[in-house]
Amino acid sequence: MADKNDSYLSARESRRISRENRKITNEFEKKRKRKNVPESEYLTKMHDPDNMVEFDNLHTYFFTDTGVVHSVDGVTFEVPVGKTVGVVGESGCGKSVTSLSLMQLLQRPQGQVVDGEIRLNLGDKAYDVTKAPNDVMQHIRGNVVSMIFQEPMTALNPVFRIGEQIGEVLQLHNTENRSEEEVKQRTLELLEMVGIANSEGVFRMYPHELSGGMRQRVVIAMALACNPRVIIADEPTTALDVTIQAQILDLLRQLKDKTNASIIFITHDLGVIAEMADFVVVMYAGRIVEKGTAEDIFYHPAHPYTIGLMNSKPVVGKKVEELYSIPGKVPNPVNMPDYCYFRDRCEMCVEKCSGKYPETVQISGTHFVSCYRYYEQKQGGK
Amino acid sequence: MANEKSEYLLEVKNLKKYFPIKGGLLSHTVGQVKAVDGVSFRIKRGTTMGLVGESGCGKSTVGRTILRLLEKTDGEVIFDGEDVFSLTRQELRKMRTRMQIIFQDPYSSLSPRLPISEIIGEAVREHNLVPANEFDDYITKIMKECGLQEYHKDRYPHEFSGGQRQRICIARALALNPEFILCDEPVSALDVSIQAQIINLLRDLQKQFGLTYLFISHDLSVVEHISDTVGVMYLGSMVEFSETEKIFDHPLHPYTVALFSAIPIPDPNYKMKRIVLQGSIPSPANPPSGCKFHTRCEKCMELCKHVSPDWAEVEPGHFCACHLYNSAERNAQLEAEMKQNAAAQVKQAG
Repeated sequence: MADKNDSYLSARESRRISRENRKITNEFEKKRKRKNVPESEYLTKMHDPDNMVEFDNLHTYFFTDTGVVHSVDGVTFEVPVGKTVGVVGESGCGKSVTSLSLMQLLQRPQGQVVDGEIRLNLGDKAYDVTKAPNDVMQHIRGNVVSMIFQEPMTALNPVFRIGEQIGEVLQLHNTENRSEEEVKQRTLELLEMVGIANSEGVFRMYPHELSGGMRQRVVIAMALACNPRVIIADEPTTALDVTIQAQILDLLRQLKDKTNASIIFITHDLGVIAEMADFVVVMYAGRIVEKGTAEDIFYHPAHPYTIGLMNSKPVVGKKVEELYSIPGKVPNPVNMPDYCYFRDRCEMCVEKCSGKYPETVQISGTHFVSCYRYYEQKQGGK
Repeated sequence: MANEKSEYLLEVKNLKKYFPIKGGLLSHTVGQVKAVDGVSFRIKRGTTMGLVGESGCGKSTVGRTILRLLEKTDGEVIFDGEDVFSLTRQELRKMRTRMQIIFQDPYSSLSPRLPISEIIGEAVREHNLVPANEFDDYITKIMKECGLQEYHKDRYPHEFSGGQRQRICIARALALNPEFILCDEPVSALDVSIQAQIINLLRDLQKQFGLTYLFISHDLSVVEHISDTVGVMYLGSMVEFSETEKIFDHPLHPYTVALFSAIPIPDPNYKMKRIVLQGSIPSPANPPSGCKFHTRCEKCMELCKHVSPDWAEVEPGHFCACHLYNSAERNAQLEAEMKQNAAAQVKQAG
């Protein structure tokens, strides 16, 4: 019965934790709620001007009553202009929280970016999103960064017509001073752009009158309304059939080529990633375990977790007798071990693995991995 | 005894299930949703049949009608030599232990108020499968077989993760010692690595107990992995049925071809010859005339728009419903019939 006591928390303990948490989150909230923050505070410089977004050592924690959850714990990766970066991992590994940190849509006050920078390239200048105040973020959301959600039915409001919902985005971010007539015109254009033939009709429909694929198209139209430079697609095809998925992926690819936007593509389907992404980031328990180009990851997977993930998915045309399944389960997010998070499930452990969390090792020009197995290779190279 | 048993455990013949659409003041039946419209297949003992298709094509309705959770409109379901729909209540109750179901969503298919031992054991007690003094050991044995620990017995479903809940669902089905299990999208709600565990478990149990599965899924790669035969459904009808290797190596029906070409392959340099189907699946309340797929088909002929294709054995063991694979004479005959019908209609109108 030992494992029963692991998660046991007395009421007094829980109250103490929540009191402490409130102290910490209040600090953060006070900082956020200041008025007239000078621009110099959140102005920053991109390390590489070809990048659209740079996540630099991002830490996003959730201060819950059972303890602090390190949802994102030191994530660093770049999104180049006009490229697609795929983020893969199991549910609960922090993929979505990473993207929500960029949008500053974390559930506050529990969710806070504790450390690190997210640099967003705005052309002539760059902002650190984590420090930007709310009114600045409002201009960035939708205009520069926008998001496509997983579940199109919950992302659309059931009591408003499609036209009103897309028009609302345009009116809120009315940078071009459009009149009502022009807003309608632009809405119809958007609907046609995402491949809805009967745009006039759909304009007047309610979400329940549309099929799943059509709804996802509407959500994409909404995300693209203000020509964003970065599109975050959070599992946009998980709720859809394969044939509809193929249509939506095709559409996203076309739109990306047309507008030269960058896409952050979050999914747990490796097949979709291979098709869409130029760069791939593999996350496990809040950290990046491996990143590189799509070729690096799919042809030379290095981290045991990536290898396990690849083997556990059946592939059409490849017959295997038994699927590989990664033993064990993800460690408790409140009490993360101080050694490699994957050690207890890993079948390729070496002696060093009981040491502290492995640092990132560069194994080729574009390929990074956090695993002790590649330490020697690095030292040999030096 | 064994010799008398047929090779096939389950035979479905021309099964139809229509749902009425009620409307009007006195809620007349104003139309019908043809959820399942003439489906036939059979499953050999100890094998797995995969059933694939887009959402809304009637896969789950087929499954539920086979188990007689829904009454049929027409057709026959023969389970081990007995017609499921001609059974009396008592006979059906006995039959229920022999055919079980695993649902898609392990979160909503377990009662939150019952401990695990009760969830698994309730039906066992109800059917008096084991004597009362062996009951506890029996539940423990079943749980161990499904990868659950003994101390899980007194816990409640909310204390388990998605993968473990699905194991509980499997244990619940297995506890009745069934011969046939209907798996209705059992892994769709799970993560990739958990999916692999559950699929492996299902296969192990099949080997151990000689179970027969009907595996409904829209994930084609999972279906390919687990099934011996595969049926493809479109808008209430079966369009193709064959052994897994045959159907994946060279699919015949244009819909199957398009469906398989849409599977994402985890290889960044894989060159796709993808056929993107335009539009979405038509409403089953008002299906297109002729071949139901003709509105989205690349190889649509004039004949397809008016005459629905025969369900024919194109190659040995490979069934397909498409005019493309008819003999020339048959097509000519159908075309002549079509013209005659058209002429008759013109005459009537005149």
